[in-house]
Amino acid sequence: MEKFNPEPKIKTLPDELYKKLDSYIDDLSVDRKDPRKKGNLIQVLHKAQGIFGYLPEEVQVHIANRLFLHHSEVSGVISFYNYFTTTPKGKYCVSVCMGTACYVKGAEKILNEFEKMLNIKAGEVTEDLKFSIDALRCVGACGLAPVVLINDKVYGRVKLQDVKKIVEEYLVATESEKKE
Amino acid sequence: MAKKINSYDDLMNYFKEKEPLIRNRIDLTDKNQKRQILVCGGTGCHASESKLLVENLIKLIKDKGLSDKVSASQTGCFGFCEKGPIVKVFPDDVFYIEVKPTDADEIINRHIIENKVIERLLYEEPSIKKKVETQQEMSFYKKQERIALRNCGIIDPETIDEYIANKGYQALGKALTAMDQDGVITLLIESGLRGRGGGGFPTGVKWSLAKKNNVPEKFIICNADEGDPGAFMDRSIMEGDPNAVLEAMAIGGYAIGASKGYIYIRAEYPLAIERLQIAINQSREMGFLGKNILGTGFDFDVELKYGAGAFVCGEETALIHSIEGMRGEPTTKPPFPANSGLWEKPTIVNNVETYANIPPIILNGAQWYNSKGDVKSKGTKVFALAGQINNVGLVEVPMGTTLREIIYEIGGGIRDGLEFKSVQTGGPSGGCITKEHLDTPITYENLISIGSMMGSGGMIVMSEKDCMVNIAKFYLEFTVDESCGKCTPCRVGNKRLLEILTKITNGNGTMEDLAELKELSEVIKDTSLCGLGQTAPNPVLSTLQYFWDEYVAHVVDKKCPAGVCQKLVKYEINAKCIGCTACARVCPVECITGSVKQPHVIQQDKCIKCGACYTKCKFNAIDKN
Repeated sequence: MEKFNPEPKIKTLPDELYKKLDSYIDDLSVDRKDPRKKGNLIQVLHKAQGIFGYLPEEVQVHIANRLFLHHSEVSGVISFYNYFTTTPKGKYCVSVCMGTACYVKGAEKILNEFEKMLNIKAGEVTEDLKFSIDALRCVGACGLAPVVLINDKVYGRVKLQDVKKIVEEYLVATESEKKE
Repeated sequence: MAKKINSYDDLMNYFKEKEPLIRNRIDLTDKNQKRQILVCGGTGCHASESKLLVENLIKLIKDKGLSDKVSASQTGCFGFCEKGPIVKVFPDDVFYIEVKPTDADEIINRHIIENKVIERLLYEEPSIKKKVETQQEMSFYKKQERIALRNCGIIDPETIDEYIANKGYQALGKALTAMDQDGVITLLIESGLRGRGGGGFPTGVKWSLAKKNNVPEKFIICNADEGDPGAFMDRSIMEGDPNAVLEAMAIGGYAIGASKGYIYIRAEYPLAIERLQIAINQSREMGFLGKNILGTGFDFDVELKYGAGAFVCGEETALIHSIEGMRGEPTTKPPFPANSGLWEKPTIVNNVETYANIPPIILNGAQWYNSKGDVKSKGTKVFALAGQINNVGLVEVPMGTTLREIIYEIGGGIRDGLEFKSVQTGGPSGGCITKEHLDTPITYENLISIGSMMGSGGMIVMSEKDCMVNIAKFYLEFTVDESCGKCTPCRVGNKRLLEILTKITNGNGTMEDLAELKELSEVIKDTSLCGLGQTAPNPVLSTLQYFWDEYVAHVVDKKCPAGVCQKLVKYEINAKCIGCTACARVCPVECITGSVKQPHVIQQDKCIKCGACYTKCKFNAIDKN
């Protein structure tokens, strides 16, 4: 297969993850001559981010080659959409909803409290890669405002004093993992 | 393997067979039927463990050998999210609120076995201060009329048989067998249905434009990129009645001559995605999607496409580019998508709620729909009520209902007895509406005339404790973040607006800034490329118009009347101080001085206005001005 882009010099991510992604792309049976082949790109990026957790350059180049696109096209799409990230997220990703309903119920203070507790800013990840914080757009659970998500678990009607409890809950979880 | 439905007659026979499934949820007169317990399975209630509740109920029913007397299942959003999770028992018509997974025991033992209503899980109707059993007695539901949400709270969204049992796919059957393409379009035009995504363009007219193009390939798209913060009606429809969207898209496909549909849905809605995928699989199996639908020779299929967190993709041309796998940047119209859309083919983009209205219109006729609502805005509209209101939730009311009815009668008024200040409609594109306009009947035109817009239907209610300058700033932060950057007025102009607003909320604003805000807003509105930029200054303009005094207070008096803007707040210790030293210990910059049992003092020049002392003080000894 002719490569569209030069292979990245170093590939650091595990082979089996690449295989998982490849089998998904294989099923799409992309035709390089198809003028609509780019229509698959966003689905593939979603899948890849689900597998790798983020979309570093080596994954971008790999996807570009498999879909017969230029790296610049892939990178351009990734940088446009908020959902895609090129840096790794924490094991526990704290997402504070900053939709209007949550905002008027004090979501900003909740976000600041998480930032203070974990000593990182929104969009950053802790050094040990355990926690990251994101300010999220409306999740549509406005009845429970303000809402915080830790990965997929939803915490509704969060109060300032709950923040410490929530963080501790996950700190305990990471501690017990270490022992195992 | 599900039964394949090969003709309209097949469908009607299947309907008769399945109709008993939900009969006692609609006809409540026969109380001797098998009981059914329905639990809300929307995102809000899911987050409050409603799934575990259903599992507990099912397990208990099995363990106690009650399977022939009662069943339990999940359903779509009841709308009363404030008091979720909601449980409804049919045919008793009893409505329970805030039910926990551990309450399953009592529901089975007490309600089902002993036939006694559980008092403590009932809703107390504030108007009569009494616990009530049925939905009809609750003021939250009294003014509502459910068309788009007709199946939410009635059927299990993951079971296509229940959709069919409530006349599902009959509209598609009727259109395919008894109507021609123009007949469907004419019916929609006569019904007066207008786009529910914001613009309010007549749906039938849009379809007729696409139909006129005589090309072999066309597309039907469902815009499910519900990006307005605080709006969740589309999500609830997709979670509660996914088949309705598929059926309407197929009808659209038939009317304009398209055989392929896409649902462009936010990746942030995992539950809606799951339910839609289940519905797509089930309707493919039964033959409502795929080749030769109902034996009529009509082919149509639907595919999901995920958004990736870009608000601008709610704009139809941007959405189309996103489906094509590109950056979601809008392009100028014309050409309109109805002439040249997805891959330059004629394309119809409609919103979820618009689609949900279509099957009942086809079944009940244009006249039926046309008779509801207002002169130019027909039918009903779903609103998501949120913010400082007592009953947060999803409501569907006839067009022409006033804001006062929605906020005070349905919404139960303002939380904690606070004073109403404003209601924001239309999300980041809309404006703030004040007290004096509360009696305006809600229609597309009326909302625009008072400086806001319908938008997708989010309604954020604000009280005296919300600062309008800060709210304008909040929306601007949103649009600046979401501007795609393609055109200069939106990319640069909104950024400048935000800078001025930040300056004002920091206490550095001048009267010239206010004049500049207004002028720049007008320029951005006039010169931006797409709907996002053209409407982005609306929150600024409407707050400037209605809350001028509040802006002046920030600029001239350097005060935030609502006490929200931190930099303008002044904390002072009053005479109630007993000298417990709690505030001094919690102060991060050590600016509070005083000895034990003596009143303390805050050194204003050092204070960073973090509010830590204010939260800590147990004696109300700190004033926030």
